[in-house]
Amino acid sequence: MNLTFHNKTITGILTVLPSKEVKFEDEMESYNFSVAKSLKLKMAMGYSKHRIVEDGVTISDLCVFGLNNLFENELLRKEDMDALILVTQSPEYFMPPTSNVIQGKLGLKQDMICMDINQGCAGYEIGLFQAFMLLDQDEINKVVLVNADILSKKVSKRDRNSNPLIGDGASVTIVEKSKKPNTIFANIKMDGTAFDALIIPAGGFKTPSTPETAAMIEDAAGNFRSLDNLVMKGDDVFNFVQREVPPMIEDLLSRAGINKQSVDYFMFHQPNKFMLNKLADKLEIPHEKMPSNIVENFGNASGVSIPTAITYNLGERLISESYLICLAGFGVGLTWASILLEVGQLKFNTIINY
Amino acid sequence: MLLQIKIFNMKQKIINILQEIRPEFDFAQDINFIEEGMLDSFDIISLVTTLDENFSISIDGMDILPENFATIESIKNLLIKNGVKQ
Repeated sequence: MNLTFHNKTITGILTVLPSKEVKFEDEMESYNFSVAKSLKLKMAMGYSKHRIVEDGVTISDLCVFGLNNLFENELLRKEDMDALILVTQSPEYFMPPTSNVIQGKLGLKQDMICMDINQGCAGYEIGLFQAFMLLDQDEINKVVLVNADILSKKVSKRDRNSNPLIGDGASVTIVEKSKKPNTIFANIKMDGTAFDALIIPAGGFKTPSTPETAAMIEDAAGNFRSLDNLVMKGDDVFNFVQREVPPMIEDLLSRAGINKQSVDYFMFHQPNKFMLNKLADKLEIPHEKMPSNIVENFGNASGVSIPTAITYNLGERLISESYLICLAGFGVGLTWASILLEVGQLKFNTIINY
Repeated sequence: MLLQIKIFNMKQKIINILQEIRPEFDFAQDINFIEEGMLDSFDIISLVTTLDENFSISIDGMDILPENFATIESIKNLLIKNGVKQ
């Protein structure tokens, strides 16, 4: 599905990362593989260290910390927030929405919209789509998009497929009406027939968590996980990404009438270095234009990975400069989406530690 | 004769790379490495990375399928498809 938005812009990005850093080597002995094999994998996939929250920390803690930082530094005013969109797969409750919890904790005005969206790897794009649509309303001038996940709590420490790459974090993106006319091109596709390619099988209404669902089971590759844990069909997801993402990007750029050389950066979701480098090669994009350094430094925090890639790699440059950036998210759902937009002259673009 | 030597070299180079990844197996045997459990999906990632470096290519992501790594012959064909000259 092709989407087009007009006269919208991002005015600030903040990433909130937990201070706790875990090194790959420190967890290697939990995996049912030789050290030599794990180290080879580390090189290929870019596993090095990841940030995870301490026990008891939830996404509202990260989000409230980030938003308070913006209030205290006078980069955002509570009264200007007309909508709070939270994209997460780590809600605090089945009900109510966690965005309402955050609204209450922060003492935000009642005259606003709070909403949760259950999305992951493409959650930054879907959150931006929702923000752009809300901004078409006359009374909505500023939307705060918050992406947050703490999926380390749902990953088995003995699962070499997922544990080394998972990270926790949150991001705050301010989206507003643009004073300068612009057109933002985007697209999105979904395939629910592969809903179980990335899944936490138990814990919802269909399969409630029980002592049986918590039993650890060894898979064919020697990983141990329970039905309460996140499971990823890594091969299927890899093949899906390599098959679907390159044509999606080609279609997006073609529709926008932009060639690849004119795009300054390709800020993609950060599953692992190997997958991103293969995408860059397929699209004939220089690796330096498609950063792949988020998993190795912080881990993959789902929908937070793209704002983390932007804040970590571009930082203050986006305060004074402006770049044409292609965003792409792909994964759970399955969902794949991309956006081409100019980003720059931001009020803030930084990472803070919780 | 020269062509045969080059093909032999490619074959031997592939075997050497495989042996380095899984030293406990004999990859000179004419068997299916995937069916025999000699290579798992993470071995394939290590193999692709090493083949890319050694042959100065980038194997297409769409070609990273288990069947393309099942035998020396299939790996050789994959390399040729991805730009390695015979």
